[in-house]
Amino acid sequence: MDLSDTPEEEEFRARLREWLAKALPTLPPKPSPEDWPARRAYDLGWQRTLHDAGYGQVHWDASPTTRLIFLEETERAGAPYVGAGFVGLLHAGPTIAAEGTDEQQARWLPPILRGEEAWCQGFSEPDAGSDLASLRTRAWRDGDTYVVSGSKIWTSHAEVADWCELLVRTDPTAVKHRGITWLAMPMSTPGITVRPLRTLAGSAEFAEVFLDEVRVPVANRVGEENDGWRVTMVTLSFERGTAFVGEVVACRRVLGELARTARENGRWDDPVLRRRLGRLNAEFRALWRLTQWNVSEAEQTGGVPGVGGSVFKLRYSHARQELYDAAAEVLGPRSLDLDGPWTLDRLSSLSYTIAAGTSQIQRNIVAERILGLPKGP
Amino acid sequence: MRFRLTGDQRALRDSVRQLLARRFDGEALRAAVAEPGLDRALWRDLGELGFFALRLPEADGGVGLGLPEAVLAFEETGRALLPGPLVATHLAAGTVPGAATGETVVAAVDGELVEWLEEADVVCGVGGDGSVRGDGGAYGADGVPGAPGVAEAVPLRSVDPLTPLHSVSRRRAADPVAVLLTAAEQLGTAGRVCELAVQHARAREQFGRPVGAFQAVKHLCADMLVRTELARAAVYAAAVTAGRADIAAARLLADEAAVRGARDCLQVHGGMGFTWESEVHLHLKRAWVRAQRGGANTESEEVLAGDLLS
Ligand SMILES: Cc1cc2nc3c(=O)[nH]c(=O)nc-3n(C[C@H](O)[C@H](O)[C@H](O)COP(=O)(O)OP(=O)(O)OC[C@H]3O[C@@H](n4cnc5c(N)ncnc54)[C@H](O)[C@@H]3O)c2cc1C
Repeated sequence: MDLSDTPEEEEFRARLREWLAKALPTLPPKPSPEDWPARRAYDLGWQRTLHDAGYGQVHWDASPTTRLIFLEETERAGAPYVGAGFVGLLHAGPTIAAEGTDEQQARWLPPILRGEEAWCQGFSEPDAGSDLASLRTRAWRDGDTYVVSGSKIWTSHAEVADWCELLVRTDPTAVKHRGITWLAMPMSTPGITVRPLRTLAGSAEFAEVFLDEVRVPVANRVGEENDGWRVTMVTLSFERGTAFVGEVVACRRVLGELARTARENGRWDDPVLRRRLGRLNAEFRALWRLTQWNVSEAEQTGGVPGVGGSVFKLRYSHARQELYDAAAEVLGPRSLDLDGPWTLDRLSSLSYTIAAGTSQIQRNIVAERILGLPKGP
Repeated sequence: MRFRLTGDQRALRDSVRQLLARRFDGEALRAAVAEPGLDRALWRDLGELGFFALRLPEADGGVGLGLPEAVLAFEETGRALLPGPLVATHLAAGTVPGAATGETVVAAVDGELVEWLEEADVVCGVGGDGSVRGDGGAYGADGVPGAPGVAEAVPLRSVDPLTPLHSVSRRRAADPVAVLLTAAEQLGTAGRVCELAVQHARAREQFGRPVGAFQAVKHLCADMLVRTELARAAVYAAAVTAGRADIAAARLLADEAAVRGARDCLQVHGGMGFTWESEVHLHLKRAWVRAQRGGANTESEEVLAGDLLS
């Protein structure tokens, strides 16, 4: 057991820290959280800056430990979050890197890394949420294209995405997990209608996507026809396993700010609240240690993260909600003000136990795939 | 950063596990419950294995290993539900003659309790008023002015049949290493009760299927594992850093994982879990005893709150 940096890691950390200190002051002002086109430009612009400085690949190429250092240092320095780059950088890209052909990798990966193209995830459907494999969006072959009809829902960043990692049913007669195919669909193709959905936080960060005879080249298929469920498991393991890691550092920073706010406004004198913040400190420290543990294990086995990500996701999603509930207690009535410091974060934290697989589904995964309990009735 | 067990650490853990499987299996556990008392032969076996001298420098006749290794060993004794003042004797190795080899059994005031007071040869943390047993007087004061002597210790009818208890009227400040080793024992319990629950959930059938197929049961088990793995990360990290806040975090999460885990394990066992014969209650009772030691809830939460402002 060793938590210290190796000489190479130490060197990487120092170099990155120095670069961040120079790069961050030159950033343009942060756009309004409601303005997705501006957010896209801002988020992808940051990825471009990282790329030009030689850090573009860091989410995929570097050793998992290096990536952890990257997340730690960028968050500590207050660097922008991946934002609109989330799907491309954190799960579509890694999936293509793991499962795509050489041509596919050459076509899709460099623009993601250079911050030129954004992706969205077209998995969920109105009748296929937790039961994702029951999806019905149909695709049939017409020469060298698939013709796709159906609809998707909760598609984050659909309005500003260039590509969509899309799950379609290519064999309606097969048992449900077997007839699915994973496609990369350009969002500019005729036949696609995006209708924004307003979230409870007031923003329009996701959308419904209607697909009416959309033609997608067969060359855009990742993996074999009808083998899309296996590819999907790779995507989900990235989404659950590693995509939220950076946020733990952010939560630890927020917790420190909360304590200082409480001291300023006198709430710190309440031992119940103080101990509640103390307990959250334990929680986020431990979540960070769990991350380091998972990453060290992944480094040993290499490649795709395991189901251990579900353990992390389950606990983290609840801890995040408790953090912002504690913030409300520190702030008192100010917590009801949408312009208050953590109100929007509190609202958006409500999605963490739902998106990327609900807590109930994560518990099923932990119980069945890690503990080996029998499948449910 | 290589935050995973090394080959040597794995080997150490396995050797402690094997010794305990040989010397303290389910049958020995039940025998101990029927006839409580400290097994001094086992104590010496542990001494021979280097359990008490683990962190003592080699120059002083110890094994010369560190906190991470101690934590792994204590996790195993927690798993096995091994009775005895293990933490106190381990901490006394190097100061109290015979502790390192397991010849001398050392108890200590921890929080407001002393475990195994009457079976111990030496009791640490009590006043230098001569009221300690054996040659304990020389080590008893422990820098705690006015701490009560054994004479003032009040015997309790211990909830844990395998841990005799006395209470004392004044608290003794918690030694951070003792807090961490207690967390390691709690971690062992948490892992063990999760295993027991899963075994039972797979074997016991109702409504024509194993009860583990029902989500209400499945989700109890999943939460047990999640709490255990989070506690594990915290305990191992605290063993590496030995930082005050890290130790407090480890203790909080490990206490939670052990106590909640043992309760949930009992629930998964249904009526069988409420019987004396099933070993589940023993795990819960021991977890409760450990949760009363120094460095428990409030204390750790305050340490961690203070850390946020530092
Ligand atoms: C902010 C946000 C962003 C999202 N972004 C995307 C995206 O970009 N792309 C995308 O494809 N999807 C996205 N999603 C969709 C998300 O993946 C689904 O909402 C999620 O998988 C749950 O599906 P559902 O909403 O249909 O709920 P349902 O599946 O209808 O579940 C309803 C309730 O029933 C419970 N439940 C369902 N099945 C079981 C079961 N077997 N056992 C126990 N309980 C069960 C659930 O836990 C939940 O409490 C997003 C969701 C949110 C909130």
